[in-house]
Amino acid sequence: MKTTENIFDDTAIIVSDGCCVQLANNPALDDVTFEIKKGKKVAVVGPNGGGKSTLFNAIAGLVPVINGSLKINGMSPKDAKGTISYVPQRDLINRNFPLSVKQVVEMGLINKNTLNLFSRKEINLKIKEALTNVGLSEKINENINNLSGGQFQRVLIARGLAQDADILLLDEAFSAVDVGAQEDIMSLINDINLDGKTILVATHDLNNLEKNFDEVLCLNRHCCAYGDPAEVLTEDVIEEMYGSHYEMFKYHASENHEKNND
Amino acid sequence: MIEVLVEPFKYEFMIRSIITAVASGIMLSTLGPFAINRNMGFMADAMAHATLPIIAVGVFFGFSISELGVPASVLIAFFLGYIIKNSNVGEDTAIGIIFSSFFALGFVLISVLNVTINLEDLLFGQILAVSRFDVFIVVSMCVVVVGLMVVFFKQLLFYSFDPIGAEVKGLNTNFLNYLFLVVLSVAIVASLQTVGIILVLSMLLIPAAASKLVTNTFVFSIYVSIIFGTFSSVSGLYLSYFYNLPSGPTMSLVATGIFIICFFVNKLKKVKIQ
Repeated sequence: MKTTENIFDDTAIIVSDGCCVQLANNPALDDVTFEIKKGKKVAVVGPNGGGKSTLFNAIAGLVPVINGSLKINGMSPKDAKGTISYVPQRDLINRNFPLSVKQVVEMGLINKNTLNLFSRKEINLKIKEALTNVGLSEKINENINNLSGGQFQRVLIARGLAQDADILLLDEAFSAVDVGAQEDIMSLINDINLDGKTILVATHDLNNLEKNFDEVLCLNRHCCAYGDPAEVLTEDVIEEMYGSHYEMFKYHASENHEKNND
Repeated sequence: MIEVLVEPFKYEFMIRSIITAVASGIMLSTLGPFAINRNMGFMADAMAHATLPIIAVGVFFGFSISELGVPASVLIAFFLGYIIKNSNVGEDTAIGIIFSSFFALGFVLISVLNVTINLEDLLFGQILAVSRFDVFIVVSMCVVVVGLMVVFFKQLLFYSFDPIGAEVKGLNTNFLNYLFLVVLSVAIVASLQTVGIILVLSMLLIPAAASKLVTNTFVFSIYVSIIFGTFSSVSGLYLSYFYNLPSGPTMSLVATGIFIICFFVNKLKKVKIQ
């Protein structure tokens, strides 16, 4: 049985050293430096256009790093492809296709050498196992268009589990889902994290970061801060990211503290 | 009844036409579900229209449409794929520019080169005039297109559903993108003699759209699309034979009839559920 002692070690799995990325000749990430250790749950926060998705794209090897370096498990992002599972923002997925939950999860097991039309027995077992882990085993033959936003997000996470990826990137995992579904997804992320997966979640929700994440990466084209949420989410850092909206965050945060204390 | 069904087989030209109709129907309706779910109807239309200048130049140098089929379709697929990716004017706009300018260029070339092409046949198809060589080309293309779709089905489905996820997973998305463009272009060009430049779109999209209305899963929608497409082609051909109707437009109208029935079946299903 896996224990937290043997899964979480001090190995850095993502190392960004002065990483710079340009999009259409404009700097999208500038001199971003941080180091994420294996098995950490990291929230990536920042304003719209702050570079959260760009950072995920760079880690996933979808956009080139023009300066500095970015290493995944000691490899370049392009070489690390296959060890990462990326759940992109929902509008980037083509839900016109009337696919079953099983077909979507099976995509986690497809690689460039997959040339067969039919699923083998061991593939079906892995799909069932991944769906059981996200609590959707009874929905295996359901059409994805009949699922709620939260359930669909869980199916995409199951795809990452079937792939057995070391790193899970969840872009805007909590957007367009209700509070109950957000809690379900967070609880699922906690369960996956217990298996030693490194999980990065891009989110706009600054509340509950302390409770839910080991570390927070604050981005506004550059790295404003990185570390324990309780320590790094200071007034200065929040103002550096969002301008003068600190009061709003403070109000929500204190409200949550009161609720938790109750 | 059987006599009626067998009667056209007395003529060799009808046997050739039916084989071509079946091959075109299978080929186009296999790709149709991918095309409609990826919103590629306009792209497919542009591919069909972009063949005109290539056909004009090819005929000028003494080639037939069948001989030009494969090189023309590969050329069109790569050209369209490259322009769309690199033009920075938006996909729809880039396709629109290529669509209209190539079609215009085709007409100008036909006039300037003074080539003899029956434009009505080219625009609306003339399946009754297919030669043995044409049949061989269309059937071969059908085998290649369906074979490639079977082999790369799972990868193409992943790429079509979630292109970013597929790329991160390590799939060669550039290859998959051009592979689909090439097979789509091959199917369209190979079917020009059956239904022509204008109506090829109807045989690609209508059976697939009709099947989407009455099926729940993607794989099943492909099977039903193939049945609808093949039935439209063959029954359209029979109707054109017995009632002396133009074959290409009749096939399109049969497909439209199937779509209308599926549309109401779908509405009825929704009313029952409510």
